Amino acid sequence: MGMREDVLDRVRRNQPSARSRPVVPDFSRIAQANLLKTFAKSLELMAGVLVEKPPDDLGAFLRKQFPNAKNICSAVPEYAGDSRPEDYSTWSDAAKIDVTVVRSPMGVAETGSVLLSEEDLRVNTIAFLAHDIVILLDPQKIVENIHAAYRHPVFKEKAYSVLMSGPSGSADIGGKEVHPAQGVMTLTVILWPEQAKT
Amino acid sequence: MSAIDQALNAARFIEDRTHEKYFDALMWSLREARDRSALEVPEWEELRDLASAIKEHTLSNLAQYLEEFEASATRNGSQVHWALDAHEHNQIVADILNRHGAKNLIKSKSMLTEECETRPFLENRGVSVTETDLGERIQQLDDEPPAHIVGPAFQKTPQDIANVFARAYGSDASNTDVVYLAHQMREHTRPLIEKADAGMTGANFAVAETGAVVTVTNEGNADLSGNVPKLRICSVGIEKIIPSNRDLAVFIRLLSRSSIGLPITQYTSHFRAPREGGEMHIILVDNGRSARLGMEKFWPSLKCIRCGACMNTCPVYRRSGGLSYGSTYMGPIGIIMMPTFGIRRYSELPFSSTLNGSCSNVCPVKIDIHEQIYAWRGVMDEKHQVKLAKKTAMAVAGEVLSHPELYRIATSATETSLKLLPRFAIYNDLNAWGKHRETPEPAKQTFHQWYKEHRQ
Amino acid sequence: MQIGLVIPCYLDVFYPEVGIATLELLERLGVSVDYPFDQTCCGQPMANSGCESDSRATEEHFIRLFSRFEYIVIPSGSCTHHVRNKFVAAPPSAERDHVSQHVFDLVEFLHDVLKVKEFPWGEFPHKVALHNSCSAIRGINMASMSERVHDAEFNKPKALLQAVKGIEFVEFARHDECCGFGGTFSATEEAVSAKMGYDKLGFIEASHPEYIVSSDMSCLMHLQGCARRLGTEVKFRHLAQILNGDRQ
Repeated sequence: MGMREDVLDRVRRNQPSARSRPVVPDFSRIAQANLLKTFAKSLELMAGVLVEKPPDDLGAFLRKQFPNAKNICSAVPEYAGDSRPEDYSTWSDAAKIDVTVVRSPMGVAETGSVLLSEEDLRVNTIAFLAHDIVILLDPQKIVENIHAAYRHPVFKEKAYSVLMSGPSGSADIGGKEVHPAQGVMTLTVILWPEQAKT
Repeated sequence: MSAIDQALNAARFIEDRTHEKYFDALMWSLREARDRSALEVPEWEELRDLASAIKEHTLSNLAQYLEEFEASATRNGSQVHWALDAHEHNQIVADILNRHGAKNLIKSKSMLTEECETRPFLENRGVSVTETDLGERIQQLDDEPPAHIVGPAFQKTPQDIANVFARAYGSDASNTDVVYLAHQMREHTRPLIEKADAGMTGANFAVAETGAVVTVTNEGNADLSGNVPKLRICSVGIEKIIPSNRDLAVFIRLLSRSSIGLPITQYTSHFRAPREGGEMHIILVDNGRSARLGMEKFWPSLKCIRCGACMNTCPVYRRSGGLSYGSTYMGPIGIIMMPTFGIRRYSELPFSSTLNGSCSNVCPVKIDIHEQIYAWRGVMDEKHQVKLAKKTAMAVAGEVLSHPELYRIATSATETSLKLLPRFAIYNDLNAWGKHRETPEPAKQTFHQWYKEHRQ
Repeated sequence: MQIGLVIPCYLDVFYPEVGIATLELLERLGVSVDYPFDQTCCGQPMANSGCESDSRATEEHFIRLFSRFEYIVIPSGSCTHHVRNKFVAAPPSAERDHVSQHVFDLVEFLHDVLKVKEFPWGEFPHKVALHNSCSAIRGINMASMSERVHDAEFNKPKALLQAVKGIEFVEFARHDECCGFGGTFSATEEAVSAKMGYDKLGFIEASHPEYIVSSDMSCLMHLQGCARRLGTEVKFRHLAQILNGDRQ
């Protein structure tokens, strides 16, 4: 407890005179109609793959995309999968997953990002330890930029949330992005309107 | 303890033609990527102004925001600790691990933990520490400190890295394909991640309003480190606090573009509360930051968001190599931070600069870096840290140049002026100048002499 | 209009022809030029080494000599930057402020004050690589900088030189990267300084200019030293010499 007072005391004594807080604008400039196009371009830049409409048979689509996948973990009602997040009560067991299928509540056009949290994942590690990830995204849920993104309630409510932008990469060798790194090898976004709740 | 001789280290690096050329080209390509990325954002300069203003506001109200952060985080179920210095930080980490019997720690990149030398501290206490950031891991395996704050292994060529992995993992030393090397990292680190019983991350930002710690990575290794084990520790420098998510947006838009020219990193992650059944410990670390906060000229260095843009653009850093500074933080930001960690040890660093100003103009939070470098020179002089020979030369110069007749006499004689003028204008070392350059020849007549003859 | 002319110490000794060209050019343009004979230096070498106390007397002397002029003109960006932005060794005074506020680089004086559009006596039919010093660009804003990607491009030294008949500019990579002189840096960090100079020459020479031109002779002194050691044939001129009518 003493350390807390010590640090705070030093900070208080040394703080420079107060500077005012600026107001951050929204910087909105993209027309609603162009959000999807921008999202697609940004996703491509971050080495993500875009599928523009729901496949007729998701299972067949996944088997074709990932022929070696034996364990597809689905967190979505649209697909049964071979396992569900709840099957991985020990979170490190998610390493057994070949493909994770999950729905994101929001995409960001500026950066090609999709939002995920424990609400969508239930077991967070299914997003990182899996070999590949497929994300369902309602195209109506794409916001323009990061400023708009941070207005989403998830950031104030969830224990863990991530703006995921393309598959895991690293620029640590030679400064050029390579994929994969530690996380998923590929990231695919399927534009899939959310079914109306009954 | 003697001062780090950055100039000598730089000279050695330059003699290594392969690495100097590789490193300079790599750094410059990052600078160019940054330029292209900034061009995509019409409001780039406005964002820089906002980022600077948000940081200045926060730092000038830091105590209040620290308390707000602590309250928010505690409400969320996190445990907040305070550490005055590096040792206290390390001890707190060790105690937490000890209480849980945790012996296998995975961590993501944190310059703060480099600063505190946390890894050796823990290893000496029987904890196995695995760096999950590719660049940090390479340096860990090679027992070398980071050469760059964003890409710790940037100074190594793919061949160097292939050699490190060959030694550590038995992989193929002749395979320098970057994808192959990244695969080696993945294969060999994955098992360590899976069996870790504690995870440690740093913090790019800590949001006071929400009590969240924010990490920014390309690999997702902070997400792995923070989610796989149930026990999570976040080390947060007190200057990382920002008021709200609305402010966070500004920094997220600036950081990755400034760093490596991407609009965002692959994983922008927000750790707001412990996971169900887990524990989250946040350690707020001072380690000299509060002292720096009170330095009138130098406190703006605390605005730094660790993007590395200043070192990517710095022509001196690119030719010297990141290890030449002998310090945790290097390049322009290192020069203005390190003297607060040891004024004698880092007394020469402020002279490792041409004061060209490129750094200040790429800094996303508008730190007046080159002006602080200049100001540190004055501090070194005041505190008698300037080398004696240089000080003497400057004193002589000060005498001659303030006495017009003395100056004209000194400069009129060809031999004398050749010795004298370079001596003070370029510090007493004709030998240094002449190593790689021809010396300018004094003219037959100085301008003074010509003027006297033709115009007076 | 009467101006006080400053000829920096290193031009005085090594490149008096630049001082002469500056003086003649200003006189040609109808300016009455006063050259205070007792001038020595602006204090930059000592100040840049952090030794402010050692530059004090020199700066006070400078103030005494020049505070009476409405325009103080220096053919050097680095000296102008120092006097305008870093002139604090002497104690604060109205005279010190006056000097800082009334100092101009030669280019600024020609471009912004006299607004010269023509140099009818000038002809320089050669390929030129224009090097703007870091002081000129980032210190006193005489040209736009590559770091600020949204700024409109402008280049005052180039605008002046473009008015000279026959001149042809070549472009080169990393055009506003520092040349490596840096004042005392050139000796205290000799290896890096020389490497920067060699690299700069490499980028410039890839475009095959005949001349490297600048409004800052200090950069050129360093680059010339490097070039002569490397044995290349490229020639160096100060902008004042070209504007004053040198044919080569």
